[in-house]
Amino acid sequence: MAELLQFVSSGLTVGAIYALVGLGFTLIYKASDIINFAQGEFVMLGGMMTVFVAMADVPLPVAALIAAIVTAGVGLALHRFAIEPARGASPVVLIMITIGASIFLRGIAQIVFDKRFHSLPPLFGSDPIQFGGAAILPQSLAVLGGAAFIVILLWLFIERTLLGKAVIATSANRLAARLIGIDTRQIVDFSFVVSAVIGAIAGILITPIALTSYDVGTLLALKGFAAAMLGGIGSAPGAVVGGLLLGMIEAMTAGYLSSNYKDAVAFLIILIVLIAIPQGLFGRAKIERV
Amino acid sequence: MRALHHFSAAAAIGLSALLGVAHQASAQIKIGAVLSVTGPASFLGDPEKKTLEIYVEEINAKGGVNGQKIQLIVYDDGGIADNARTFATRLVEDDKIVAMVGGSTTGATMAMIPVFEDAKIPFISLAGAIQIIEPVHKWVFKTPHTDKMACEKIFADLKTRNLTTVALISGTDAFGKSMRDQCVAVAPKTGITIALEESYGPRDSDMTPQLTNIRNKAGVQAVVNPGFGQGPAIVTRNYRQLGITLPLYQSHGVASKQFIDLAGPAAEGVRLPAAALLIAEKLPASDPQKPVVVNYSRNYQQKSGQAVSTFGGHAYDGLMILVAAMQRAKSADTAKVRDEIERTKGYIGTGGIVNMTPADHMGLDLSAFHMLEIKSGDWTLVPGT
Repeated sequence: MAELLQFVSSGLTVGAIYALVGLGFTLIYKASDIINFAQGEFVMLGGMMTVFVAMADVPLPVAALIAAIVTAGVGLALHRFAIEPARGASPVVLIMITIGASIFLRGIAQIVFDKRFHSLPPLFGSDPIQFGGAAILPQSLAVLGGAAFIVILLWLFIERTLLGKAVIATSANRLAARLIGIDTRQIVDFSFVVSAVIGAIAGILITPIALTSYDVGTLLALKGFAAAMLGGIGSAPGAVVGGLLLGMIEAMTAGYLSSNYKDAVAFLIILIVLIAIPQGLFGRAKIERV
Repeated sequence: MRALHHFSAAAAIGLSALLGVAHQASAQIKIGAVLSVTGPASFLGDPEKKTLEIYVEEINAKGGVNGQKIQLIVYDDGGIADNARTFATRLVEDDKIVAMVGGSTTGATMAMIPVFEDAKIPFISLAGAIQIIEPVHKWVFKTPHTDKMACEKIFADLKTRNLTTVALISGTDAFGKSMRDQCVAVAPKTGITIALEESYGPRDSDMTPQLTNIRNKAGVQAVVNPGFGQGPAIVTRNYRQLGITLPLYQSHGVASKQFIDLAGPAAEGVRLPAAALLIAEKLPASDPQKPVVVNYSRNYQQKSGQAVSTFGGHAYDGLMILVAAMQRAKSADTAKVRDEIERTKGYIGTGGIVNMTPADHMGLDLSAFHMLEIKSGDWTLVPGT
């Protein structure tokens, strides 16, 4: 029993990280149908920037704030200077552009920062919380809480604000949205900025557990993307459920089967789910009206 | 008879004239280096390049080797073995080097070995894997210690603590895999039983399930973690999180201050094998390596402005072994230099004391490693190692 609890707590820790990274994909996808593969670099920037600003004797909360603001700026620049000039190109081309941007950001980061691993002090200390023979780090709960908080904010924003409705409208039909007076460029600008901030928050929260370095983004984005796909891309609760599910599968496989196969088993289950339900667990199927 | 004499005299003059020209052209000894200065292995190639440049300049300032200046030719393979092979061919055919010090990664080294074997040019590799020198290649040498030695050192330390049953938790990256294989291979020979094996991916952020299984495995007396990068730091943290009290051994792959910083208080009591260079100032004054490693680390830190790493030390050892061989050979003739490299005896370098033989082209023994224990956030030398 104690083992099971420990595996669950590991699954929650890892799953919360995937969920938080996966959440970053939702808003940009909602507003523009683009899957932003530079999302992992937003996560990296959030963590690395906080580490480096804090090194300059800036208090940690201020460093985190600066990191979030700079990352938001990078998100805006990504849209304005890379995506926007290519508007009208097919989503595949735009996705390629985000992959290029991710390589570019990684290259810049290894020059501006360094190539070493860094960590941040956890929010609520590093003494594990014991329950029923299992030990969980308080920071895991912070990551989980952060993910829940972002889901609620996103839901409130999309469902309860005019700006949120404008995002939905832009995603549904860009031309029609423009005809009724929505500045779609600003809406997409906005979705990049918010996604960048979500990424930065993810980076700051997970660094005390997962550590960070200039190239941490690639694999995190891959797992986060898998989580978002599993849950249904574009759905915030879907990203969280997908992330937690992925984390849980990995932990259970590592615990009960073999740690050698945990990634293989996780991706196999994703494949099976996506073959059965192509839109993901919480995704809405796209209906083409003829 | 007289005519013959004449002829041979003329030939001698002609020959010496020819040699003279050749001598003019090669007034400099050309040493090649293909290093991973950029790319994923730049943490190896970058300090190696800086080290070679610093010491070639120093040697030249003192008048060079056998009265000739060294010309260092460095190419950057970007961490790609294919590139390394192309540059190796260029070094041989265009630059006409007399010796090679380089090959940051095992992949690059293995790709370049055939080039230097064919060209019959001595090649001192700076990469870790044992395949480079086993089986022995006539023209290939290496300076870094191997993973196998790290395993042997850990197992020897376990034996002195009367611990014989261990669990392995290794990274699935190249380093972790290679060291895991070596540990599994040498375990039976050293009387160590591996009761359980677990692994983790290079970017995993939580290893508590694997460690829970290790904790629950009966009979395990110690845990060994062959790994590199951030994984071992997370393993160490999770280890304490789960309250496991068995001795934990890390590998030489994380023997840097960074590991202590990342693992934090959890690193307390962790043991790992490491080269003398990392604990230069802590070595007892009686240690024969002390002056070498202290000088190198001070010199490197001062000239490059960076913290010293063992990788730069491997380049230092490679260059010094080569230069010493050239001095003994009193020439830069490739065959003579090769023979002299193979006769290296008692060279005290940053990586250990090197005694090469025709069967051993590395020449290090277990004394090259020191067993360290982390106490109060700093390295301490385990007595008797």
